[in-house]
Amino acid sequence: MTNVLAVLEQRDGVLRKVSHEVVTGARRLADALGGTVEALALAGGAVKGADRLGGFGADLVITLTNSAFAMYAPEGYSQVLADRAKGGGYAAVVFAASAMGRDLAPRVAARLDVPLAQDVTDVAVESGAVTVIHPVYAGKALLKLKITGNPAVVSLRPNVFTPVERPRAGSQETAPVDVRGGGDRVVVKQIKAAVAGAVDVAEASIVISGGRGLKEPANFKVLEALAGAFGGRAAVGASRAVVDAGWRPHGDQVGQTGKTVSPTLYIAVGISGAIQHLAGMRTSKVIVAINKDKDAPIFKVADYGIVGDLFDVVPKLTEEIRKLHG
Amino acid sequence: QAEGFVCHSMKIAVCVKRVPDSETRVKIASDRKSLDEAGVKFVLNPYDEFAVEEALRRKEQGGAGEVVIVLLGPAAAQETIRTALAMGADRGVLLQTDKIPADGLEVAKTLAAELKEGGYDLILFGKMAIDDYNHQIGPMVAELLGLPCVTAIAHLEIESGKGTAEREIEGGLEVVEFPLPAVLTTDKGLNEPRYPALKGIMAAKKKPLDVKPRTLGAGRLEAMALTAPPDRQEGKIVGEGPAAVPELVRLLREEAKVL
Ligand SMILES: Cc1cc2nc3c(=O)[nH]c(=O)nc-3n(C[C@H](O)[C@H](O)[C@H](O)COP(=O)(O)OP(=O)(O)OC[C@H]3O[C@@H](n4cnc5c(N)ncnc54)[C@H](O)[C@@H]3O)c2cc1C
Ligand SMILES: Nc1ncnc2c1ncn2[C@@H]1O[C@H](COP(=O)(O)O)[C@@H](O)[C@H]1O
Repeated sequence: MTNVLAVLEQRDGVLRKVSHEVVTGARRLADALGGTVEALALAGGAVKGADRLGGFGADLVITLTNSAFAMYAPEGYSQVLADRAKGGGYAAVVFAASAMGRDLAPRVAARLDVPLAQDVTDVAVESGAVTVIHPVYAGKALLKLKITGNPAVVSLRPNVFTPVERPRAGSQETAPVDVRGGGDRVVVKQIKAAVAGAVDVAEASIVISGGRGLKEPANFKVLEALAGAFGGRAAVGASRAVVDAGWRPHGDQVGQTGKTVSPTLYIAVGISGAIQHLAGMRTSKVIVAINKDKDAPIFKVADYGIVGDLFDVVPKLTEEIRKLHG
Repeated sequence: QAEGFVCHSMKIAVCVKRVPDSETRVKIASDRKSLDEAGVKFVLNPYDEFAVEEALRRKEQGGAGEVVIVLLGPAAAQETIRTALAMGADRGVLLQTDKIPADGLEVAKTLAAELKEGGYDLILFGKMAIDDYNHQIGPMVAELLGLPCVTAIAHLEIESGKGTAEREIEGGLEVVEFPLPAVLTTDKGLNEPRYPALKGIMAAKKKPLDVKPRTLGAGRLEAMALTAPPDRQEGKIVGEGPAAVPELVRLLREEAKVL
């Protein structure tokens, strides 16, 4: 048993980007184990983008379709995946620790009666066993775990497993799949989309977060202009102080009681850098802080800092970024 | 009670965890696998406060019912249960064990065994514990009990045995329908948890708290090492004010290579 099952995600019939990361993590495990990667999508029909997964290391891409699978169907998905995992003899099953994966992975693990290592930032194989790194205590410590469950079930923290090109066959298979029993008791009725085109802070490669230093909700337009200058790759996040004040929605909060983000670039604007905020962003690749207080704790974790009034600094930064992307 | 209001008495269990306070300085124990708990202040897991609050509101709206707090943990966790009782829960159950294994499935099995015969309409969890960031006990318990489950909910409506919840997903909100009894896990935004009032704190001291010893399996996730994250090298202050921006952009391009 050396093969790895990568669980893909689609929305509206289009493969989600996080699926590339899942295949990348699964490929890493399969290489160490000497096995193949089978990537599996559950969907209402064909999944756009699935044909490109060979490029990231999938040997086989399977799409299982069911009319109830267009949107996430927690019970149907877990049943089909558990059946597949039982029958397939996999060494590991890999999910994304996304909204769907975090919900689905524990269900599948429980059905298989195996443990789950959720939200991991690294995977490896040591003397035949899968090991993972899982950040704990708000990222203040890293726990290394050895998984002796069979299969090893893991979910990967989004944005950590940078997709790499690892060309494999990526041959495609599509088949209808049935769900036993009377169908899902839990039914996703609709997805209320956030503002059209908005990138989610948990998935954006650039996050620009604002705190109490912004002074009032309307001033977030300064950050939105900067995000706009990056051309659709950037999302605007927030500290808890401004979320609690009702300036920004809960979904934008970064930190211990908000989202954990690992973007390539995190820009903290008018944020002091409380320990609970750092919990959510300290694994960002590069951190920039803009704060008028040179002693603000955020400068302790920032790679680059500018001391100054954000209302002068940010518009200038926006201008410079626009020039770059000119 | 308002006229025409249908009284619906609900029996609700809330599973809560005792966790180190979010301000805790993490010191690694001499076994290099666990947290040194000396001097650590423990609190009720913040996400579980939303679960306790929601249970209390459901009971208050129904005009009757019972809210039971269930916690797996050490003897000292009685204090954590008392916090939830002080908020207004009716009684507590401590499944007492000294050590909680890294394998969440073992925890889920122990909780599921306790909840199984309870006749609960709702079983509530936090979406995650802020110490282990596991995001898993709730949906695992649901599977073990064969109950419908919705995780990380930020909005909830219940009417005549049917629920509608909203959960945040990337770039949107999922609207989910489910029948009762059910397992739900709570996210921030669901409600504003109340602070225990002095009256509640006094009353909590007299509320029933059952202590039941439990022995857990070791599980199949082995903690091999707990380490401090690599220190982020303290960066540099590029400069002051807008004049420093061109240099920042240059560094981001040429040194950090992120632009
Ligand atoms: C259990 C618990 C969980 C928590 N979870 C979170 C969480 O998930 N996320 C989170 O963020 N917080 C969280 N907190 C709150 C956290 O402790 C801080 O209170 C919060 O992060 C502070 O937000 P802030 O940095 O925006 O505000 P402040 O601390 O008030 O900082 C504002 C900063 O803006 C700067 N500033 C002001 N004006 C300007 C200007 N014109 N130009 C430039 N800089 C300026 C100031 O120098 C200051 O550093 C939590 C707290 C607890 C107890
Ligand atoms: N030891 C425990 N006792 C009772 N409930 C727990 C325990 N551990 C976790 N939980 C519950 O499960 C939720 C998710 O925890 P976790 O899966 O560990 O992140 C928590 O918010 C609690 O509601």
